[in-house]
Amino acid sequence: MENKAIGLDKGWDYMQKGITKLKRILEGLPEPPFTSEEYMMLYTTIYNMCTQKPPHDHSQQLYDKYREAFEEYISSTVLPSLREKHDEFMLRELAKRWANHKVMVRWLSRFFHYLDRYFIARRSLPTLNEVGLTCFRDLVYQEVHAKVKDAVITLIDRALLKNVLDIFVEIGMGKMDRYEDDFEADMLQDTGAYYSRKASSWIEEDSCPDYMLKSEECLKKERDRVSHYLHSSSETKLSEKVQNELLVAYANRLLEKEHSGCRPLLRDDKVEDLSRMYRLYCKIPQGLDPVANIFKPHITAEGTALVQQAEDATSNQASSAPGVQEQVLIRRTIELHDKYMAYVTDCFQNHTLFHKALKEAFEVFCNKTVTGNSSAELLATFCDNILKKGGSEKLSDEVIEETLEKVVKLLAYISDKDLFAEFYRKKLPRRLLFDRSANDDHKRSILTKLKQQCGGQFTSKMEGMVTDLTLARENQANYEDYLRSNSAAHPGIDLTVTVLTTGFWPSYKSFDLNLPAEMVKCVEVFKGFYETKTKHRKLTWIYSLGTCHINGKFEQKIIELIVSTYQAAVLLLFNASDRLSYSEIMAHLNLTHDDLLRLLHSLSCAKYKILSKEPNTKTISHGDYFEFNSKFTDKLRRIKVPLPPVDERKKVVEDVDKDRRYAIDAALVRIMKSRKVLGHQQLVSECVEQLSRMFKPDIKAIKKRMEDLITRDYLERDKENQNMFRYLA
Amino acid sequence: MERIDNLFHSYANRSLGMIDPEGIETLCSDMEVDHTDVRILMLAWKMKAEKQGYFTLEEWRRGMKALRADTVSKLRKALPELEKEVKRPSKFEDFYSYSFCYCLTEEKQKSIDIESICQLLDLVLGSHFRAQVDYFIEYLKIQSDYKVINMDQWMGFFRFCNEISFPDFSNYNPDLAWPLILDNFVEWMQLKQT
Repeated sequence: MENKAIGLDKGWDYMQKGITKLKRILEGLPEPPFTSEEYMMLYTTIYNMCTQKPPHDHSQQLYDKYREAFEEYISSTVLPSLREKHDEFMLRELAKRWANHKVMVRWLSRFFHYLDRYFIARRSLPTLNEVGLTCFRDLVYQEVHAKVKDAVITLIDRALLKNVLDIFVEIGMGKMDRYEDDFEADMLQDTGAYYSRKASSWIEEDSCPDYMLKSEECLKKERDRVSHYLHSSSETKLSEKVQNELLVAYANRLLEKEHSGCRPLLRDDKVEDLSRMYRLYCKIPQGLDPVANIFKPHITAEGTALVQQAEDATSNQASSAPGVQEQVLIRRTIELHDKYMAYVTDCFQNHTLFHKALKEAFEVFCNKTVTGNSSAELLATFCDNILKKGGSEKLSDEVIEETLEKVVKLLAYISDKDLFAEFYRKKLPRRLLFDRSANDDHKRSILTKLKQQCGGQFTSKMEGMVTDLTLARENQANYEDYLRSNSAAHPGIDLTVTVLTTGFWPSYKSFDLNLPAEMVKCVEVFKGFYETKTKHRKLTWIYSLGTCHINGKFEQKIIELIVSTYQAAVLLLFNASDRLSYSEIMAHLNLTHDDLLRLLHSLSCAKYKILSKEPNTKTISHGDYFEFNSKFTDKLRRIKVPLPPVDERKKVVEDVDKDRRYAIDAALVRIMKSRKVLGHQQLVSECVEQLSRMFKPDIKAIKKRMEDLITRDYLERDKENQNMFRYLA
Repeated sequence: MERIDNLFHSYANRSLGMIDPEGIETLCSDMEVDHTDVRILMLAWKMKAEKQGYFTLEEWRRGMKALRADTVSKLRKALPELEKEVKRPSKFEDFYSYSFCYCLTEEKQKSIDIESICQLLDLVLGSHFRAQVDYFIEYLKIQSDYKVINMDQWMGFFRFCNEISFPDFSNYNPDLAWPLILDNFVEWMQLKQT
């Protein structure tokens, strides 16, 4: 080896030969590849030139010449070849040149590698690799990238496309900004314009389901594009763009399409289309809002239509039995709920937005009054009917369970839950006392469900009632034993007594009915028995709830009549007299006019005319006369003569109002006790929230209760701020 | 001092040791003021009299000293000054609330019946807020929600007259803590005006 320092020019000449050889290889000219010796020599030349002692240390010059080598090659060969080509050919050329360039950089930087290790590192200069790439970027990329982008957008050949796009990414040297700024932005815009054009024509011609199908396909196509040749970072932006153009821009028109839009799809059960709609819109932020905004009013409209139907039907058909239309309404409401809940769970993937829409829609029409009855009452009546021996339709146990479940769900939407409770509580006793054969399990299960929905306080009394009955049966068994052992005391008539605990049951008025003699004896005997069991309880007899089986000896045959105790009392009078006037009956029995009218009506003007009335009109008046109708007969041997129940609605509403006043008072005191000082509006809103589980309190009612509490010295108004209240311990 | 006491005793009921309604009436005629005149109420306020229709010696002393009067004529001359004092905003609210308490005659009484309230309102507030008082009195007489008015409602009405623009009620907000009777009153007025 030479010991003399290598001069720059001489050394460079040697290097130049190597570079030229490399260029020939890159151009595809016949040239044997570099041998390891050649490589070693080139490397060593650089090494020597750099490690020589100054002034023969040529590192700086070599560094510069390295760059110049690229620049020269690019300017003389690469750029001209690119400039003369266009479109796809240009792209192909570019891809080739880029690949070549990378190879060139790799080889040259290997030759010049020693520079990287010391010279460059010491002076923190750009590495050989960076220099090489920068040359390409500054000379080639800068010039052609615009043309490239245009060509790319129209290109079909995916492989080539991927190669070209990789240039954009790699030229960024670690950052994505070249790709994003020079290519992606325009690509997105172009894509956007393309879809915007398509969308505007599709929206005119296609139905909503078809449009959605096409949108789904487009999105899929774009995703494929990304996976095949675009950079993965484009995926979200591309999807967003497409979604924007196809779905967001036309959201309203699409959903509102008259014959195929959201509403008709809901109406016609197009589950698949609705699911697609959900899939498409759920990825767009707030994209589901317009869908929910159609969903909710649609349900509300359907619900309100049902209510209106029921109203119209009841006012038009005077012949249909009272309450039938309302029951139909409840049933239809349940069906409506099932249908739309299915949509929410299946098509809309249980999304909270739709649950909320469903809830709000139901709350609107479930709280409307129908033919003067509140929906709370209708629901209670519905439950009652179901539980009465399976209702008019003789439903199976499972169906009853299911229906009860659904009823309790509907209860969640009604704001006056306490009204439902009261009505239910009023109907329950009648059912419990008169329908012994009805299923106990159902009673208990609906109570459990109600308890879950509305809290224990709601159901505690009702549970008490059910328990009372169980105890009563035991008690009756004991009574019968007692009678057997004291046969002298037997009153001659079979008596079954149900003892109720006052607190659980609604308050019943007990009239001082003048019992027929036979019954009086029964009562005495039972009293005797009861006193053997306990001396500390007082028995109050509620005859209005009793039932009596009487044999009517009519001319044709003996028929057993099942009547209420009051009716029995009336009928038994005719054992002693053939003909009685209204006032005589009244005097004997000691009843009020209202009660007597009802009683006599049920016996003489209703389905079974046990008594014949003079004059034979349809209503009872005070001057009428009554006779035992011996000619009465029926094909059955045993008939039930029903007594129409009193309209308890007014009383129920009164009771509920009273309870509400106490509830509001209690809530206000509770809140003020813990907060000590509170502003008016906050107090009102907290009060409303606390009570919302049972009912929706009227703001004026709350104000009135507050004033009452001020008068009773529970609260006082703050002296400075009249909108603040203070708790007085 | 002595003169004040002597004056007191000249009107007082011997056995009670206080001036009673009869004594007050005499006093009024001596002053040439009607005994239902609002100025008598103002006098009671100045004295901080506790029981309606009666003045104790202490109360008498208090009032007379404050008014710097020891004869009837001096007392009468002091009345215009007293009126001015009461009408001052700082004192008027106190006088207004005092007048309500003064009318609670029974021991545990907390409210005053509608009839009396109407009279009291007219007496105390009439000259200040004629229109509001007249309409409110009309409303009180025809409504049936309330048979008595309590202190909270009484004071509420005063605040109402001061703060709410009349007769448009444009700045009245029923969601605030105004007594319910005023909410109803405003509703009634608005119905009347349409």
